[in-house]
Amino acid sequence: MTASAIEDLLRELTPQVLGALVRRYGRFEGCEDAVQEAVLAATVQWPADGVPANPRGWLATVASRRLIDQVRSDSARRDREEQVFAAEVMPEEVPDTDDTLVLLFLCCHPTLTAASQTALTLRAVGGLTTAEIARAFLVPEATLAARISRAKQRIKAAGSSFELPEGAEREERLQVVLHVLYLIFNEGYTASSGEDLDRVDLATEAIRLTRMVHAQLPTDGEVAGLLALMLLTHSRREARTTASGDLVPLDEQDRARWDDDLIAEGLELAKSSLGGPELGPYQLQAAIAATHAVATDATDTDWKQIHALYLILERIAPNPMVTLNRAVALAELEGPEAGLAVLAALDADERMAKHHRLLSVRAHLLEMAGDADGAYENYRNAAKATASMAEQRYLESRAKKLRASQPD
Amino acid sequence: MKFVISMHINPAVIDALTDEEKAAIGEGHGKFIQNLKDHGELILTQALVDPSQASVVRIRNSQPVVTDGPFLEAKEYLGGFYLIDVEDKARALELAAQIPDAAIDGLGVEVRQVMFSDGQLEA
Repeated sequence: MTASAIEDLLRELTPQVLGALVRRYGRFEGCEDAVQEAVLAATVQWPADGVPANPRGWLATVASRRLIDQVRSDSARRDREEQVFAAEVMPEEVPDTDDTLVLLFLCCHPTLTAASQTALTLRAVGGLTTAEIARAFLVPEATLAARISRAKQRIKAAGSSFELPEGAEREERLQVVLHVLYLIFNEGYTASSGEDLDRVDLATEAIRLTRMVHAQLPTDGEVAGLLALMLLTHSRREARTTASGDLVPLDEQDRARWDDDLIAEGLELAKSSLGGPELGPYQLQAAIAATHAVATDATDTDWKQIHALYLILERIAPNPMVTLNRAVALAELEGPEAGLAVLAALDADERMAKHHRLLSVRAHLLEMAGDADGAYENYRNAAKATASMAEQRYLESRAKKLRASQPD
Repeated sequence: MKFVISMHINPAVIDALTDEEKAAIGEGHGKFIQNLKDHGELILTQALVDPSQASVVRIRNSQPVVTDGPFLEAKEYLGGFYLIDVEDKARALELAAQIPDAAIDGLGVEVRQVMFSDGQLEA
């Protein structure tokens, strides 16, 4: 088995083994450490000695031993206080229940910050090592380890049981889970600087985790919608940057470089997600991404449909970023002045007034309207306001182009 | 999101503090660092030597020229910084307010987001 096949196998087995251990022994925080140690041991031993015949049983046994050692040393510290803990090793066969969802709900516990939720999810459910996650987020391993350990202490303090929440709470908690998966996916784009083969691809990892949730909840429209949104966004990955890492806006992308397989799967999912009684923000965003995906070129885009979808999205999940996107769609549909009028309403919003996205959209619409000076100024201000180097280079290049095309 | 919280010190203001006040600042930073570590938010912190120990390097006629003293003749100098990784800007501002320097007249704490990083982050 190749090293990458072993890694895939470990990532698949991690939540299964962890779920089985927590079911058996309780103490999520201790089990999670023990499974992480077992995974680390496997990454060293398996490539050298070969993958054991029953890899899941191997991991469960090693993790159980680590857990027992851990409990023994804990109790030794507590003056050898008697522990009611069955010091038995896990049987070879781990029960076949899939606890992935239960684990995800636990890792995305609402008392945690988003940064902790993402880190813990990637480790406990994604089966990544602390070092891999730290590299992916460009923080020191010690920083990330502290974050994970604090997150587990908070979960422990909250007294969470290892069960799926019921009813309305379940719906609410699922929203948090989906948001965390979405954040991991986005991080895969924003944090990607250069080709670093050692770095885990967070976008691919988020898709893999969302696929697992979709397999567990196949009829949930928002889960399908999120997966569709990820696949359709990911299909444009090769086309959205140049070889030197510069951004290529959607209307200038070479659509031949879009991934047809991902598009086909994403379209199918987006369509099926709309079949249910509920309509949520991920389904709508997937529908918007699908509308872009079926356009043969930028001029063929169905802006009427996109604008209508943004209108619904704005109604069910009001958010200045959605309004911003609707302004772009409206400008394509009715002309730049209509779009600029929508932007004027956002100036009153303090969070938005100096936001680089508002400035860059205004620059774009002013450019469409033929106001080169206004567009130039807004591109420059947007370039100053962004924290992304790639975006800054793109905005500066737009500003430069305007100056170049202007007679002095 | 990564931020640098830089501490701008005024040597005259620091000199005028009592020993107790100076000790309280040191202690405050110690607690602050521990808190950042516990939260998994600290990447790195560094404190710099007195600005009088600074050297300025310039290339003149293709030759490096080194002069003593800080680059800018000012009352305030960069005294040190924290590099942190936090949820959002609001959290960075909340943390900056916990730095002892922020409570002292004449000293300033500045928060700016990081735009590019490279180097050894796996401490």
